[in-house]
Amino acid sequence: MTIFRTENITKKFGGLVAVSNLNINIEKGQIIGLIGPNGAGKTTAFNMITGVYKPTEGNVFFGDEKITGLKPHKITKVGIARTFQNIRLFNELSVLDNVLIANHMRLKSNVFSSVLRTPDYVKKEKVIKEKSINLLKELGLEDVKEEKSFSLPYGKQRRLEIARALATDPQLLLLDEPAAGMNPQESHELMVFIHDIRDKFDLTILLIEHHMKVIMGVCESIYVLDYGVTIAKGTPNEMQNNSKVIEAYLGVE
Amino acid sequence: MKRNNLLNIIAIIVFIAILFILNMTLDAYKLRIFNLAGIYVILGLGLNLVNGFTGLFSLGHAGFMAIGAYTGALLTMSPEMKEMTFFLEPITPILANIQVPFPVALIAAGVIAGAFGALIGAPVLRLKDDYLAIATLGFSEIIRIILTNTQNITNGALGIKGIPGYTNIWWVWGIALITVIFMVLLIKSSYGKVFKAIREDEIAAEAMGVNLFKHKMMSFVIGCALAGIGGALLGSLIGAINPLLFRFLFTFNVLLIVVLGGMGSITGTVLSAVVVTVMIEYLRVLDIDMNLGFIRIPGIPGLRMVVFSLILLMVILFYQRGIMGTNEITWEKIFGLKNRISNLITRRKAS
Repeated sequence: MTIFRTENITKKFGGLVAVSNLNINIEKGQIIGLIGPNGAGKTTAFNMITGVYKPTEGNVFFGDEKITGLKPHKITKVGIARTFQNIRLFNELSVLDNVLIANHMRLKSNVFSSVLRTPDYVKKEKVIKEKSINLLKELGLEDVKEEKSFSLPYGKQRRLEIARALATDPQLLLLDEPAAGMNPQESHELMVFIHDIRDKFDLTILLIEHHMKVIMGVCESIYVLDYGVTIAKGTPNEMQNNSKVIEAYLGVE
Repeated sequence: MKRNNLLNIIAIIVFIAILFILNMTLDAYKLRIFNLAGIYVILGLGLNLVNGFTGLFSLGHAGFMAIGAYTGALLTMSPEMKEMTFFLEPITPILANIQVPFPVALIAAGVIAGAFGALIGAPVLRLKDDYLAIATLGFSEIIRIILTNTQNITNGALGIKGIPGYTNIWWVWGIALITVIFMVLLIKSSYGKVFKAIREDEIAAEAMGVNLFKHKMMSFVIGCALAGIGGALLGSLIGAINPLLFRFLFTFNVLLIVVLGGMGSITGTVLSAVVVTVMIEYLRVLDIDMNLGFIRIPGIPGLRMVVFSLILLMVILFYQRGIMGTNEITWEKIFGLKNRISNLITRRKAS
């Protein structure tokens, strides 16, 4: 069952075509990779999917719903969550608060009942808090839940960012270079982790990554971009031997 | 949790008792300064919600105070008084005969200032950082210019005199207390967390499903409403207002209190509002002649502001994020401090 697809999405910045005619098709439960040299348009593609940019042309579909050009917060509500290439945590807030904020959109309490702490709000808040603590427990962040998020070590910050994205109850998770800056040991753990959360939270994952080991290890299918154009797609093994991909990464012999 | 609630109730009762004693013992001058401090608490908390907690750099507070002050004044003055004040051009018939009780006027001041906040916020809150600061500053000046030129509503540059002086220690500090409680509850709630999230990282907040515009607007409107209520109280305290009172300098005074106390700290704002207001008055000694016995320093009007600025410079130099930063004084910290001190004493004794 196709859970997500893009139809010829194109983004132009003036004369520069950052992404042209990208067609991604993701089945439920898949882990799909999006790779390409620097400046290939991977993050631009993410930004179009999550509503940060409006595609110049083309459409984005989630299930049967057309979500092209919706605001980022609406897209999150629909069920697409993301992480960022350079970690964007709420630094001054505690780990638990970071996750709690992701639940705010589903709280459905107005500001008056929140301030007056009506029984209804208190009950909802309690449910959300329990849910968040459980989530932190599952991701191994429970022991640091009261600490400010900027004080965490790098690996845990990455993990918290994923936890925060998961707290929005997504069906599709977009990971933007989750292994950036990780050592081999950490990136190996990350691979296991990605598989784990896919199974545990019944997710579909689209990830950008430069780390080929991670890509080869977790992805079932890969899209390769170069200068905004999709130059190849297929299984990791096919891509390893694809002449166009090798050319894009290493140049012509 | 239970213990804290109990302590909070005790603290409020003690606070009311202190107000009672101050009301009995302070002379009119000191009482007035104390009330002014209370008004600054309300104004400061309003601005801190916008600037400190939500991270929206707004410099338009004075404009909303003006709206509140004028609303409060026009709604509480008697028809005869209005007729006397508006001698150049009579007041519009709609406003001429309205007179409502003080609390109603205060609420109206808050509501109308909040409504103007929403009106101005809608276009302006799409901007960020310095751009937002300049835009809000501009709108605040526009409000002031409009007030100067709508002669038949605001009496223009002549201002309004003879505003009934309902403001007393109970009104000011009662509302200040309610504002503090409101702010604590708001910041503790899910909405408060979202405000802080917007301050920390807008893009990430939006990616977490936070409707940026809605929440920024909410924070801004609440801040403006508090400014309006503070303005109405101030008008009633001074008894006379004119558009020049609400120049940018007034926003700066409130901003100074917020920054000194710590952007994003409720207790910090309360502390600094009281300290700054009282200190500005006490430094008045510097403006008059000083006789040190061996030398006589002639009074230089304005010297207190120089000294005050120096003190401000020092604080900002050593406490860049204000006295409290984003921290709060909590019962846990007070008890923690007590334990630490007693530990220190026992250790001293042991050695």
